[in-house]
Amino acid sequence: MARKTPEINSSSMADIAFLLLIFFLVTTTMDVDTGIYKKLPAIPEDEQQNDDVKVKKRNVLSILVNRNNELLVNGEVLSISELRDKTKEFFLNPTNSETLPEKGLKNVPYFGDVMVSKGLISLQNDRGTQYATYIRVQDELVAASRELRDDKSAQQWGKKYAELDVDQQAAVRKYVPVQISEAEPRNTGGK
Amino acid sequence: MSKFRKDGKKDLPAISTASLPDIVFMLLFFFMVATTMREVDLNVNIKLPGAKEVTKLEKKDLVSNIYVGVPMRKFQKTYGTMPRIQLNDQFATVDDIQAFIASERESRKEELRNKLTTSLKVDEYTKMGIITDIKQELRKASALKLNYSTVVKGE
Repeated sequence: MARKTPEINSSSMADIAFLLLIFFLVTTTMDVDTGIYKKLPAIPEDEQQNDDVKVKKRNVLSILVNRNNELLVNGEVLSISELRDKTKEFFLNPTNSETLPEKGLKNVPYFGDVMVSKGLISLQNDRGTQYATYIRVQDELVAASRELRDDKSAQQWGKKYAELDVDQQAAVRKYVPVQISEAEPRNTGGK
Repeated sequence: MSKFRKDGKKDLPAISTASLPDIVFMLLFFFMVATTMREVDLNVNIKLPGAKEVTKLEKKDLVSNIYVGVPMRKFQKTYGTMPRIQLNDQFATVDDIQAFIASERESRKEELRNKLTTSLKVDEYTKMGIITDIKQELRKASALKLNYSTVVKGE
């Protein structure tokens, strides 16, 4: 009684697979999430504690962004495209000028005893500032610090900062600390 | 001359399509693995700002998203045209953020809870006021790892 089962025709398999393929092709989103990574400062334990440590005026690069998306950097109106060079000059202080941040002797692994800038960026924006402007400012600051670090690592290893290993990156970060502190925004400019 | 003469009329054999399903299946598996279904429906319009110095956000399962933007047209009657916050699938206010972060932490394994990153997906025309409020709330919830989501912009 054993009847031979007829072979299943597999010629439509390709069609089925194609259908599925097209479905996944359409629904797929290959977007990789990219963005600017920031670490927020923790809220101080004591609410009343006045945590703004006194910093010498020459050591601070104060960046104010108003609601018309204009920049005031240390009392001087700048365009966003000039910000990168200004930041680099601020941290490098090539002429050891009196108005730019002072440097302190510090021991950094791989580099030895070097002069490290004590500069600090203070970024303050208005509640009415546009988000895109804020991101552009952040972008320029990140770019400036990346370029400074690339310079240092090129001097030492002839490589870019991103290509170094973890220890070396930590050393370069210690050599070129770029601190950005974001002040509480002022309540002007409306929502 | 005979060098260039064609040798008679030979029948070209038909190309075998037997391996076609295999090729298609290979592609299919690739897309099945690579695909990530959008887990939330956006209720707000978001056009991300562009930036050059971006880092890739790794470990997608450790990222919680906060969307901020103007509500889509069908929601504008109820929610207005000012930028709003969207958490998961619904509109929210700044006060809901702490609860949202807590529930996001709750849904992760214990050892991964302090590795959570918050990704802010904000429309570029939003004002900073709302962002500042969100940042304050995140600080209060001690979710300090923050990522401003941007698209990569060429030089």
